[in-house]
Amino acid sequence: MFASAEIAGEATTSFPILTMLVLMPLLGAVLVSLLSKKHGEWVKLAALVSSIATGAMSVWMLIKFPTGTAGFEFVSKHAWISEWGISWHLGVDGISLFMVVLTGVLFPLVIVGIDPHHDHKSYLAWMLLLEAGVMGSFLSLDLFLFFVFFEIVLVPMYFLIGGWGYEKRVYAATKFFLYTMAGSAFMLVGIVATAFLARRDTGVLTFDLVEIAEKANFAAGTGRWLFAAFMIAFAVKVPLFPLHTWLPDAHTQAPTGGSVILAGVLLKMGTYGMLRFGVYLFPQAAIWAKPVLLTLAVIGILYGAIAATMQKDLKRLVAYSSVAHLGFIVLGTFALTTQAITGGVMQMVNHGVSTGALFLLVGMIYERRHTRQISELGGIQAVAPIFAGFFMVVMLSSIGLPGLNGFVGEFLVLIGSFATARWWVVVATVGVILAALYLLWAYQRVFHGEPNEDNKSFPEITLREGLLLSVFVAAIVFAGVYPKPMLDRIEPSVKALIEHVEASK
Amino acid sequence: MMSRVMAATSTFDGPAIQWFKISPILALLGGALLLILVGSLTPQWRRGWYATASVITAVTGAVLTGVLWNQMGDDKPSTLVGGALAFDRFALFATFTICVSVAHVSLVINDYLTREGEDGPEVYGLMLAAAIGGVVMVSANDLLVLFLGLETLSLSFYLLTASSRSRTKSGEAGLKYFILGGFASAFLLYGVALLFGASGTTNLQSMAAVFAGEVTVSANNGLLLAGIALLLVGFAFKVSLVPFHVWTPDVYQGAPTPVTALMGSVGKVAAFSALIRVSMIALPSRIDDWRPAILVLALLTLVIGSVLAVVQTDVKRMLAYSSISHAGFILVGLEAASHIGHTDAHLGISSAMGYLFIYSILVIGTFAVVSVVAGQGDNATTLDAFKGLGKKRPELALGMTVLLLAQAGVPLTSGFVAKFGIIRAAVSVESYALAVAAMLAAVIAAFLYLRIMVSMWLSDPTDDASVSISKSAGLAITLAVATTLVIGILPGLLLEISRTISF
Repeated sequence: MFASAEIAGEATTSFPILTMLVLMPLLGAVLVSLLSKKHGEWVKLAALVSSIATGAMSVWMLIKFPTGTAGFEFVSKHAWISEWGISWHLGVDGISLFMVVLTGVLFPLVIVGIDPHHDHKSYLAWMLLLEAGVMGSFLSLDLFLFFVFFEIVLVPMYFLIGGWGYEKRVYAATKFFLYTMAGSAFMLVGIVATAFLARRDTGVLTFDLVEIAEKANFAAGTGRWLFAAFMIAFAVKVPLFPLHTWLPDAHTQAPTGGSVILAGVLLKMGTYGMLRFGVYLFPQAAIWAKPVLLTLAVIGILYGAIAATMQKDLKRLVAYSSVAHLGFIVLGTFALTTQAITGGVMQMVNHGVSTGALFLLVGMIYERRHTRQISELGGIQAVAPIFAGFFMVVMLSSIGLPGLNGFVGEFLVLIGSFATARWWVVVATVGVILAALYLLWAYQRVFHGEPNEDNKSFPEITLREGLLLSVFVAAIVFAGVYPKPMLDRIEPSVKALIEHVEASK
Repeated sequence: MMSRVMAATSTFDGPAIQWFKISPILALLGGALLLILVGSLTPQWRRGWYATASVITAVTGAVLTGVLWNQMGDDKPSTLVGGALAFDRFALFATFTICVSVAHVSLVINDYLTREGEDGPEVYGLMLAAAIGGVVMVSANDLLVLFLGLETLSLSFYLLTASSRSRTKSGEAGLKYFILGGFASAFLLYGVALLFGASGTTNLQSMAAVFAGEVTVSANNGLLLAGIALLLVGFAFKVSLVPFHVWTPDVYQGAPTPVTALMGSVGKVAAFSALIRVSMIALPSRIDDWRPAILVLALLTLVIGSVLAVVQTDVKRMLAYSSISHAGFILVGLEAASHIGHTDAHLGISSAMGYLFIYSILVIGTFAVVSVVAGQGDNATTLDAFKGLGKKRPELALGMTVLLLAQAGVPLTSGFVAKFGIIRAAVSVESYALAVAAMLAAVIAAFLYLRIMVSMWLSDPTDDASVSISKSAGLAITLAVATTLVIGILPGLLLEISRTISF
């Protein structure tokens, strides 16, 4: 099928691990959809095996990943649509490494830990297809291939929200699909234009990211237009103020598993794209657009925080807190210093872990009480202390308490941005305080006080839920106390990116 | 007196005819005659035999076209029958598309006719006649020959539209189509006449030669400009470009569903190919006169087609408007091709033809599903009829979902390959604004496909009407879905073929 042309990277294996990371969940999805509905256990087993195998491969890749190198590892490159200069080009570096691992680990957890209410088979098939799409997005080093994965993700997510979500699920799913697709419309034109305009410098028509980024030299004005075309798509995905309005709806209406994935990895496709396809491809334009993007990021931080403070629905509160947190990541990205971007990448992972866990907890509350209204909850700590304990740790990580993972990323972002974006940082710091305000206040209203009649029977955490949450808490504490192994792997790639940006000046 | 006429006839020197090179037309003609003559003289054939004859005819046509394509090798394109027909890869590709579409639609018609108890040779005969008209149109090298092909195609379509004996709507749609179509043909013929007046010829190459210099025909020659305008109006009606689209939803809705599929595939391929050929071969020197018109038509068609599609409640009407929006996309390809002199202008033609091929398969597959769901009487085509299809018939709903996602242009389906090709062509000649507009129109149109999917998957059935899928309809849908996915994942072969398309 593919003309083979393996390219030697630093760490290559005879085993095409990255290709398998994409294909394994895809195979699982196909298998699940082929199995009969009558054999529910087989369906679940197939989904479990393929997602756990993917997770195991991603962890294995993490172990094999060398520290201190900046380039792409485990590269696999095969001709795909040679007519159009498109290849199946996958690779992983410090920037994408932890997103791939997070994707690999988060999906089996969600599949094991959260049961959909009906129609397991389709749910699992969509989940696995989603995993394949997300994996592909983080691994693609070809503009066309990236677009394919970036766009294909919409379909399973659409059906997950629409099929298994809450009351206004169809509205939310459609809004999510159309918003993202509208963003991608610009990016597709941008991608084609980039390839055609780069042809002058690359010699042949190619959609290869590395080829274009290293060789192409766009005129300042052209680069800005192309950069803008990409940025619109990513800004919708992140989401960046004012393109964020799809997010609260999608998050609130999505089933718990969908929310966890959406917050955990899907939104990061936007921030990751900004680094990989924004800053790396168009460094000059990124420098030029810095003030605008920083301002939007800071508005997002404040707006998300203020909106979160005023929510009556606990899930919507967490959704708005995502807007604020993602603002920090964008702030770090476009401060364009090694420290800030490293912090941003770190924060992508942290936010995935802590907000993913928050959505899990909110989902558990909904399971028990069939409401997400903060006013109807209260006093839960008295009846379910362990549950409250888990919520507390996760919430504190989201606030950015030192010793937990949220602090490391946020601190690096703020300190790294201070040199190049002082006044934005000053304003953004207010967001940190607001985060403490809305989360602690929410915690107080939900968990403190005397439980009313309905909340008195709030069941304590089950063993399965406890084990599931323990994985998240372990990650939160480990990354907070000992972030060095992560930073060691992220930093070299970020440094190389900054050098690339400096060289373009 | 008599002898003098005889003498004149005997000295008439007919053009040399290379019979093999027009064999696709002859194959279709043979099939049509067989079905109509033999079919009407013999008692009712056994179930499915009329359709089999039609499929065999169309496949023979397709195979002959393929053989001719291979034989052509690096030969220069030539003309046949004394310059009346062009013999080139462009014509062969379009002919192939038409033949494949006819074979594909035959399967759907078989299902429909058996269900309605109206099985007979007439519909197949008319369809093959329409295909002959289509093949003549796509290879016409002379405006009058083009007109002959167009009338053959259109007259067959009018009859096919009105062919349902049980539904009054069908007759109404046929009459409406006939009257408006007659107007459009008149516009086109008037355009041909005026262009003849300006150039003194109807042959495309000779016309191009006359128009090439401004010495013989000045830039603001009234006959020329009015001729181009009328010609465009005629074509715009036939391929349903906004604002000449108003007949489309009514006719698409009223016609028997398989006939709608035929109009969406064969009708579009024939008329679009003819439009592309005439504008690129006969009028390349006057591009500045017609490109702005194409640009405006493309924008209007894309936006208005998509927006109006969204507010419909009948699936056939929705798909009618979506076909309008797709026509806008193809027009973007023609706009790209019109930047002659640009190194990448040829991408416009190959991408437009690739789009037509892919869209034909998609539209036939989609309408095959609609026809199956519409059930006995061909009436259940509202959005409500699709509610709960995912529960009643998950495999059918899944097939429809793939086809709809492809129409929306989601990656890994053929629809994305088609759209990407067009965007690539537009960007390569720096028509960025048009490319962005086309993509945004595609987003609006996506809402329409989502609405159908929501009905199928996320709503409960409103009735317990069972949906039965016959073998032939099932085969048609399976073929469409399989092609959609194969082209979507491995488009190499189609791209390689369409790259070599040239006049």
